[in-house]
Amino acid sequence: MQQEHIQTEVADFIRKNFIFSDTKKLNNDESLLGSGVVDSTGILELIAFLEGKFQVKFADSDLVAENFDSVNKIVSFVSRKTTGAAA
Amino acid sequence: MCGIAGIVNLTDRHDPPSVDLLRSMVSAIQHRGPDEYGLFRDHRVGMGHARLSIIDISTGQQPLSNADDTLWIVFNGEIFNFIELREELEKIGYTFRTHSDTEVIVHAYEAWGVDCFSRFNGQWALALWDTVENTLILSRDRIGVRPLYVREHDGRVWFASEVKAIFADPSVPREIDVQGLAQTFMYWASIAPTSLYKGIEELRPGSTRMYNGDGSRKDIQYWRPSYNETRFSSVGEATEALRDKLKRATQLRVLRSDVPVGSYLSGGLDSSLTARFGREAKEGTFQTFSIRFEDPEFDETEYQRAMARTIDSNHQEVLVRKSDIARVFPDVVRHTERPILRTAPAPLYLLSRLVRDTGIKAVLTGEGADEMLGGYDLFREAKIRMFWSHQPGSHIRPLLFDRLYPYLARSPQQAKGMALEFWKRGLDRADQPGFSHEPRWSTTGSLGRFFSAEARHLLKSAPPPNYLETLPLEFHRWDPLAQAQFIEVETLLSSYLISSQGDRMLMAHSVEGRFPFLDADVMDFCNGLPAQYKLNGLNEKFILKKVADGIIPDQIINRPKQPYRAPDAIAFVGTEAPEYVDELFADSALRSAGLFDVEAVRGLYAKCKDRAASPEAVFSNTDNMGLVGILSTQLVVDQFINHNGGVPGKRIEFTTFIDRVHTSTH
Repeated sequence: MQQEHIQTEVADFIRKNFIFSDTKKLNNDESLLGSGVVDSTGILELIAFLEGKFQVKFADSDLVAENFDSVNKIVSFVSRKTTGAAA
Repeated sequence: MCGIAGIVNLTDRHDPPSVDLLRSMVSAIQHRGPDEYGLFRDHRVGMGHARLSIIDISTGQQPLSNADDTLWIVFNGEIFNFIELREELEKIGYTFRTHSDTEVIVHAYEAWGVDCFSRFNGQWALALWDTVENTLILSRDRIGVRPLYVREHDGRVWFASEVKAIFADPSVPREIDVQGLAQTFMYWASIAPTSLYKGIEELRPGSTRMYNGDGSRKDIQYWRPSYNETRFSSVGEATEALRDKLKRATQLRVLRSDVPVGSYLSGGLDSSLTARFGREAKEGTFQTFSIRFEDPEFDETEYQRAMARTIDSNHQEVLVRKSDIARVFPDVVRHTERPILRTAPAPLYLLSRLVRDTGIKAVLTGEGADEMLGGYDLFREAKIRMFWSHQPGSHIRPLLFDRLYPYLARSPQQAKGMALEFWKRGLDRADQPGFSHEPRWSTTGSLGRFFSAEARHLLKSAPPPNYLETLPLEFHRWDPLAQAQFIEVETLLSSYLISSQGDRMLMAHSVEGRFPFLDADVMDFCNGLPAQYKLNGLNEKFILKKVADGIIPDQIINRPKQPYRAPDAIAFVGTEAPEYVDELFADSALRSAGLFDVEAVRGLYAKCKDRAASPEAVFSNTDNMGLVGILSTQLVVDQFINHNGGVPGKRIEFTTFIDRVHTSTH
């Protein structure tokens, strides 16, 4: 799956579900947890979305901030996952 | 308990305040004191009073004066040590015409000047007018149990228990102060002297303000919490001392009343203790009152009833459903006069109605125990985070959170691993003031993303006062728990709990709250306790559990602490949601208020509706706070900016009326 496509989908979800704005600029490197945009229940919403949208399954060990804390981190992690699944 | 309102001309170039205007002002707060109304007026001042008669019912009318009628007072509250102060004043020659605590204040001020306030053990908001010096004195109790708002403009001062009394004057402009709003969406409430309204100040708790005849103004902060450790030979000794002080504080609050005093029972340790000591203070029947929730997640019935059985009280309950919360919410906000991020005040509004309907005018509550004795999860979180910060790489240290939140230990790793990220925030700032509150403030502060471009622009050029810049110098000398307690007392207890969840919900139905844990002596004692007597390891309120041992059922002492919560967003977006929610979230209403980003709020509202329709109906903390906070702000705008906050009430007549302008009506 193309990184660009993943990025669009992820950024779109975050805008719609946490920032509630289609127009506001979203910094793809900004910490979603650190800025308070996504809280502990919000992260579960995000994970459920990723699992459903990209047909990936996250192991417990995957669920650390390094993989989910910004749009770019999510994109690179999800693309690793999807490539791995295809292989 | 009562309400006060007045206007003072600081110079003689204004006309005397009009009686009709003063009547409107007092009328706006008639719920605070529906028994009698009084007014004092001369060429410079008009001071009104709405009375809830509790002490000295026959002669305690206000306004009241000193012997030669040169010093006048309107007073909301109770001075619990007034009998002791009266004896002292009689010894030095003062004579008394009444049996009220009000008269004690007047003579105490004559005897000791503004230093008198630190001698009072009580809860008060008052105004004194010295007709000789042309001096106005405003004062508020240590914690700010009783509210007091002030507006100063063009050589005049308006003061009142509630903002709506000031807004009863149509010449007063009504505008939201975005600084107060920004503080609310950070600390949970605006922090005095900042208020939610432009040009209106909240007098700081523990302070006295003087407007002198020469036009000068002086603020005196006579009290702030202070933590200087006392030495005890053993925990046992400290436990005995605390038990005695708490008993004495409760007795004062039951016996210094000419009407019966009841008690709330939440099901927790604190109110169980105050109810227990309250029960023992006086012969006869004792009334207790509890909130039950239809939703088992919030309900504590079992513990409440166990306590009621133990003290054999006449126990009454109000059952609260989601739909009740949504229905009364506009009235709740009319009384809080400020946005709230939780619905928790709403059930308390319903509870005080039950108290009033039972014929009880005053109740004890356990408010303050968690702040004085380290009861909150926030204190435990801060302790673990502090410990963790010493070894930030440790994977073992954060496991302590499992003990704090047992549900984490049972949670799938995913909830847990990510939850830790939240507590990790600011871990590198463990030595900075505010470390304890950083997770709360950053979570709440993120709601600022809902502000409109215009509001954000205003805040950029004039950011809200940073609370941390107001900390006293000695703050740095206190242990980390004391530091966290101090911040919690000033930002949450005084600014939100004791106000929006306390005084305002009680007074909405003319019920006075009395808080043994906020007794001056009890607070000083608790603030002298070593940290480990309060938070022992992770065992919260360690010493209070010892006090409770043997006199409170074990099931209450040993139960895990349950924070008091009520259904939040779900009450406003479910199938039973009332119509006003749609109206307040309409684009046009949001645009006209101008405070929030229309598109963002629309998105949040749609998401919450969507969630409500899903089978689990789980709302994130941020979405809950965002929805309730924005909805209550919209209600505030509708009620206090678009209208003047008044409720149609009965026309009041002043039964005590001292008029020095038209002496014929004397």
